[in-house]
Amino acid sequence: MVEEPPDGALVEVEGLERRYGERAALDGISFELRRGETLGLFGPNGAGKSTLLRVLATLIRPHAGSVKVLGGALPGEAWKVRGRVGYLGHDPLLYRELSGRENLLFHARLHRVPEERVDELIAAVGMHRRAGDPVRELSRGMLQRLSAARTLLHDPPLLLLDEPYSGLDPAARELLEPLIGRASGRTRVLVSHDLEEGAAECDRALGLRAGRQMLLDRPDPARLKELYR
Amino acid sequence: MTRTAWAILRKDLQIELRTKESVPAMALFSVTVFVLFHFGLKRNEIEGDLAAGVLWVTLILATVLAVNRLFVNEREQGGIDGLLLAPIDRTAVFLAKAAALFLYLVLVEVVAVPAFALLLLGPDLLKPLPSLVAILLLADLGLAAVGALVSALAVETRARDLIVPLLLLPLLVPVAIAGANGTSPLFSGSQSPHELGKWLGLLGLYDMVFLLVSIAVFDFLLED
Repeated sequence: MVEEPPDGALVEVEGLERRYGERAALDGISFELRRGETLGLFGPNGAGKSTLLRVLATLIRPHAGSVKVLGGALPGEAWKVRGRVGYLGHDPLLYRELSGRENLLFHARLHRVPEERVDELIAAVGMHRRAGDPVRELSRGMLQRLSAARTLLHDPPLLLLDEPYSGLDPAARELLEPLIGRASGRTRVLVSHDLEEGAAECDRALGLRAGRQMLLDRPDPARLKELYR
Repeated sequence: MTRTAWAILRKDLQIELRTKESVPAMALFSVTVFVLFHFGLKRNEIEGDLAAGVLWVTLILATVLAVNRLFVNEREQGGIDGLLLAPIDRTAVFLAKAAALFLYLVLVEVVAVPAFALLLLGPDLLKPLPSLVAILLLADLGLAAVGALVSALAVETRARDLIVPLLLLPLLVPVAIAGANGTSPLFSGSQSPHELGKWLGLLGLYDMVFLLVSIAVFDFLLED
């Protein structure tokens, strides 16, 4: 049985380091994320934003520092974390030959989630008409909607979102906002390249450049812009 | 764990039914090799050691094709991350992949063995068929266990197509020895139950060892 962490920090990171070969992808990252908060990750390409999300999702190991997610210290207690985070990355994690519904049913079986939840989410992301089509025939925006449904299947207490609105038209975005946006009230770590929108979506901003933490503060688009210079 | 393994196996079989990537390729490869042997050896009929050798080398090489593809859907379509994010025992992933490979091999043999009998084999296949089926099934279990392990090892490498045969074929030498020695008497009409039992025992031992080793190390293979 996995204990829920007490009210307070759902994510605690101190001095996190992660390398790819000799290159430090993350170097001395420290922050806390409290229940209901959204932390925005900002920085230019290659800054380490996606790597940080993958560490928090238990997909890659931290090489140094302390990382605690939902009460589980990584990497040793990754089993406590798996199945309790919703990860929406660049890849939709959907099999092209299966339909959207078949993909979600597969993930529902892995997470022991009832079938009704699949249909409920398909309707919520507005994919009921195309849910039976093979994923390879769907547009980028439709894949993103299905991917959001996959992320929410097991109703995770923590969402890790890497540019969740990319490829979405305004109508699709409107559908997803109550599910994964600020209005959802969920605890989130959010990567965004749109500084104005990203800043409006988060409570605090973590700025990264070449794997180093440049700022951790209230989101201010003017200051965030400096990260890209 | 059984439910999870079944869910992954069902997904793999659904994808194979739609893409038809592995089983038809393996079956076509096997039949083509038999045709090549038919003309290359300039013989209409072979028997004994030669027949057993041709059958087992062909089946083992056909296995390489499937092992190359076994984890490709997971890697190319990001499915491996989906599996790693789920609260599942990773042994279930191994069991599902090994079961899929086992089923592919059985299906291929349903086509390949009759084709072998038609194109190359001299002696009648019907009488020793039950013994042959027993040897094939035990060998398939070992091929599936080792194949799933090697596929998981190789899928992260850039030179997957090269790594799979280089790792897999040496590990399958015991299967080739036991399979060929077990079937050779069947293909020369001199079947001895004692001799057959010895080779079935060796295959059973091989299966057990590699199933246990694979289950023990598979979790580490999927780690970053």
